[in-house]
Amino acid sequence: MPDGSNQMAVTVYIPTPFRRLAGNQTYLKAEGRTVGEVLDALGSEYPGLKDMIYDEADEIPGHINIYINNQEVHSLQGKETPVNDGDEMAVIPAIAGGAALTPEQVDRYSRHIIMPQIGPVGQRKLMEAKVLIVGAGGLGGPAALYLALAGVGTIGIADFDVVDLSNLQRQVLHQTGDVGRKKTESAKETLLSYNPDVNVVIHNTPLTSDNAMEIIPQYDIVVNGADNFTTRYLVNDASYFAGKTLVDGSILLFDGQATVFVPGHGCYRCLFPAPPPPGLVPNCAEAGVLGALTGVMGSIQAIEVVKQILEIGDSLVSRLLLFDALSMEFRVVKLRQDPKCPLCGDDATITELIDYEGFCGAPFPGGHDGIQVS
Amino acid sequence: MAIEVKLTANLQKLAGGARSVQSEGATVAEVLEDLERRHPGLRDMVVADGQIHRFVNIYLNDEDVRFLGQLNTPLKEGDVLSVLPALAGG
Repeated sequence: MPDGSNQMAVTVYIPTPFRRLAGNQTYLKAEGRTVGEVLDALGSEYPGLKDMIYDEADEIPGHINIYINNQEVHSLQGKETPVNDGDEMAVIPAIAGGAALTPEQVDRYSRHIIMPQIGPVGQRKLMEAKVLIVGAGGLGGPAALYLALAGVGTIGIADFDVVDLSNLQRQVLHQTGDVGRKKTESAKETLLSYNPDVNVVIHNTPLTSDNAMEIIPQYDIVVNGADNFTTRYLVNDASYFAGKTLVDGSILLFDGQATVFVPGHGCYRCLFPAPPPPGLVPNCAEAGVLGALTGVMGSIQAIEVVKQILEIGDSLVSRLLLFDALSMEFRVVKLRQDPKCPLCGDDATITELIDYEGFCGAPFPGGHDGIQVS
Repeated sequence: MAIEVKLTANLQKLAGGARSVQSEGATVAEVLEDLERRHPGLRDMVVADGQIHRFVNIYLNDEDVRFLGQLNTPLKEGDVLSVLPALAGG
């Protein structure tokens, strides 16, 4: 071992394609005085990784970009670039046949890339991320829209409903000519017209206990924009079982609520142990909702997703954000994991998806065999 | 003990449209009793059989009273209670 006096501890981000070569870790710690020394240290610990970051001539191959604090090292001193304690390094492979980011992508995402909290490395993280939007409606619309604009690589849309004229007062993914079309198809067309770079996957089916564990595990993060309690409890439980972060939002009249559930740090059942009896808390169709409120809350959900992907800032985990549009007040209250929670508490009794129609005591809004998610 | 109680829009119709109502009480339960006198029907939206509905949370300032003393949570002058039912809309 060197004496260590000049050794700097660096955090190295490992992207998805290389993670299996690095013990399935997203971040590695390594020491060295220069970029080359840090890479050597990584290579000796993870030989498989070394084969990827060095070619036969022991040089970094052209299809690999190394970033130090979001700056590509070719523009610095290459392998000789000195590193400092606490620096963040990233090893980013080119995507098939191109640079890590194409010139068009650098241009399109430039307002994100120039921010030090995002940079080219963060942009790559966004482009690798897979986010499921439950409900292509008031909340799912703006959430999906901003995630697509940000270049989130894969956006899944789960909805079985068709566009109704009464949706257009708030649901920005659909336009007048879309009335009668499937919401998933209308949503996909809109998102791709904003950003053809994004892969939009549609799940044109009611989300149920039968398919939730097939669909949700395909994604990294779930956004809840459902319009009924049955789907909300289903999505909560399925996200927990799949180990996925759930970015929750809900709205009624002039009120909005948003939070983030990370498995082990509280869930929807910790917040609301049981749904109201049918009819006691009206839905938007019965009571109404301010259209622009959906834009605020859906955007907040998109922000929380982006922060989760980039691993920046303080998320709404363990906090519930309340927005009252009439008083124009945002407030934050504490959200605790309930040790008595039947899903994620100490003596959990729910170990698989249950009969949500029975639990919620109400027929599914979508009909006898479907859950309406809009 | 003067306590401010904030209501979500869905509950405001039971309080004459007020977003925030003044109340009196030394505990959450006493405030709810006082509210019921002033705005009949409001308490039933929040409690049944001496328990807070499981789809409604009451916050004392920023803390869920379920993790404090439930309906027996003591209050002090100037406290703010927020009554928050689950919302399903998306």
